[in-house]
Amino acid sequence: MKLLEINNIKKSFDDLEVLKDISISVEEGEVVSILGPSGSGKSTLLRCATLLETMDAGTMKYCGEDAVTEVNGRSVYASKQDLKRIINYFGLVFQNFNLFPHYTVLKNVIDAPIHTQKREKGEVEEEAKALLEQMGIGDKLDYYPCQLSGGQQQRVAIARALAMNPKILFFDEPTSALDPELTGEILKVLRDLASKRMTMVIVTHEIDFARGVSDRVIFMDEGYIVEQGRPEDVIDNPKNDRVRAFLNKLSQ
Amino acid sequence: MAALLVPSLLTSCSLDDKSGLGWFFGVILQLSEGMWASLVLFVLTLLFSMPLGLLVCFARRSRFKVVELIAKFYISIMRGTPLMLQLLVVYFGPYFVFKVALSTEYRFYAAIIGFALNYAAYFAEIYRSGIEAVPKGQYEAAHVLGYTKAQTFMKIVFPQMVRHILPPVTNEVITLVKDTSLAFAIAFVEMFTLAKQISATESTIMPLFVAGLFYYIFNLVVSYAMGLLEKKMNYYS
Ligand SMILES: Nc1ncnc2c1ncn2[C@@H]1O[C@H](COP(=O)(O)OP(=O)(O)OP(=O)(O)O)[C@@H](O)[C@H]1O
Ligand SMILES: [Mg+2]
Repeated sequence: MKLLEINNIKKSFDDLEVLKDISISVEEGEVVSILGPSGSGKSTLLRCATLLETMDAGTMKYCGEDAVTEVNGRSVYASKQDLKRIINYFGLVFQNFNLFPHYTVLKNVIDAPIHTQKREKGEVEEEAKALLEQMGIGDKLDYYPCQLSGGQQQRVAIARALAMNPKILFFDEPTSALDPELTGEILKVLRDLASKRMTMVIVTHEIDFARGVSDRVIFMDEGYIVEQGRPEDVIDNPKNDRVRAFLNKLSQ
Repeated sequence: MAALLVPSLLTSCSLDDKSGLGWFFGVILQLSEGMWASLVLFVLTLLFSMPLGLLVCFARRSRFKVVELIAKFYISIMRGTPLMLQLLVVYFGPYFVFKVALSTEYRFYAAIIGFALNYAAYFAEIYRSGIEAVPKGQYEAAHVLGYTKAQTFMKIVFPQMVRHILPPVTNEVITLVKDTSLAFAIAFVEMFTLAKQISATESTIMPLFVAGLFYYIFNLVVSYAMGLLEKKMNYYS
């Protein structure tokens, strides 16, 4: 089943055309990595997919439901009510975590399920504790984010996203804000999630990680997808010159 | 109303012997009526201006240009003209515009209205800086987690704003303690008005010193309380 289907998305900031014509679909259980040089529009694509930016043209469906349709070549968003439901299908993990600094670890994780999904507090709390345990921070429930390392904060952020029970989880460079010795712990969490068939779309610069974890790799450049396919094809035998140049530069 | 709030204290105290302890306490007792009035003015001004400031702040941040412009104009007038003048306008305005006779009681209301309107403008700008100090990422995280706009403000933005604004709010509150003395402009009988009167009739500067001491101690208490609050809000960071 297709969880996400984006067709011919276009997005400009004033005169700057950032996404030129991008279509992407994600199957249930699939792990997709997005690679590409800085400024190629990876974050913008994720932000459009998570409704943080509005797209100019193109359509988007989550689990078969229309989030964005197109009328006369312009994107038209679904009603507020529909979007409120659709927003529960996905989660997003930010590069710089964006935890709520005035909430403890536990409250960061349970507050949204209780207050936006109206779920029962006891049940949410049990689930959250199990999630945090699984992330290796079960002993930090009463800490504030500022008392945690970057890696721990990112694990809280992942738990916070998972507590909403999303069908698909987006990551925008989840390790870029971390010290090199801390990236490993986050990549391990992502590998665990992948092995549990969590559907994920991950923007990353960690090539080895992408090769190991992804079912499919998408390479973006200047607002287009220039190559996509199995990691062993795109990463190890790229057909496109720009992909080859980018990968060469990274491996140097 | 004003009369109710201000307990009438001894005014018939013996003031003959200007060196005795009795005389000293007599002056203090006379002043205490003014202290009470200043305190009431202070508390009521905060009570009204702080929420009003939030409204003005919302208006200032409105996406409707007209509303934003009105708020901007309001703030610039309130901050750009003397508070004393504003008090006079609030007090004498009804008389000159509507030819309404001025009651003594209205003095009290005029003082509260004048102060609240003025301080709301300052608080609005402080709140605005506090809201703008909350990073964009907080709104984005809240949005992705399905919080409504109202929930985002109440649960995520407001608590962080409060922490940011405590130091400038403390400054403003300390200024207010001293500014209450400006109410003498509309003959509102507060601490400073009384001190001046007594000082003149008794031809001694002592009441003015006592008044100064009153404001100083008042502000020590305010600073201490705000310091405690700041510490309390520092549970994270
Ligand atoms: N809100 C915005 N307003 C104006 N321009 C923007 C905005 N957001 C992004 N851009 C521009 O869009 C282009 C693509 O940005 P984007 O963040 O999507 O790139 P990216 O592929 O994620 O890059 P990086 O690898 O550095 O994160 C950049 O040129 C950027 O300056
Ligand atoms: Mg980016």
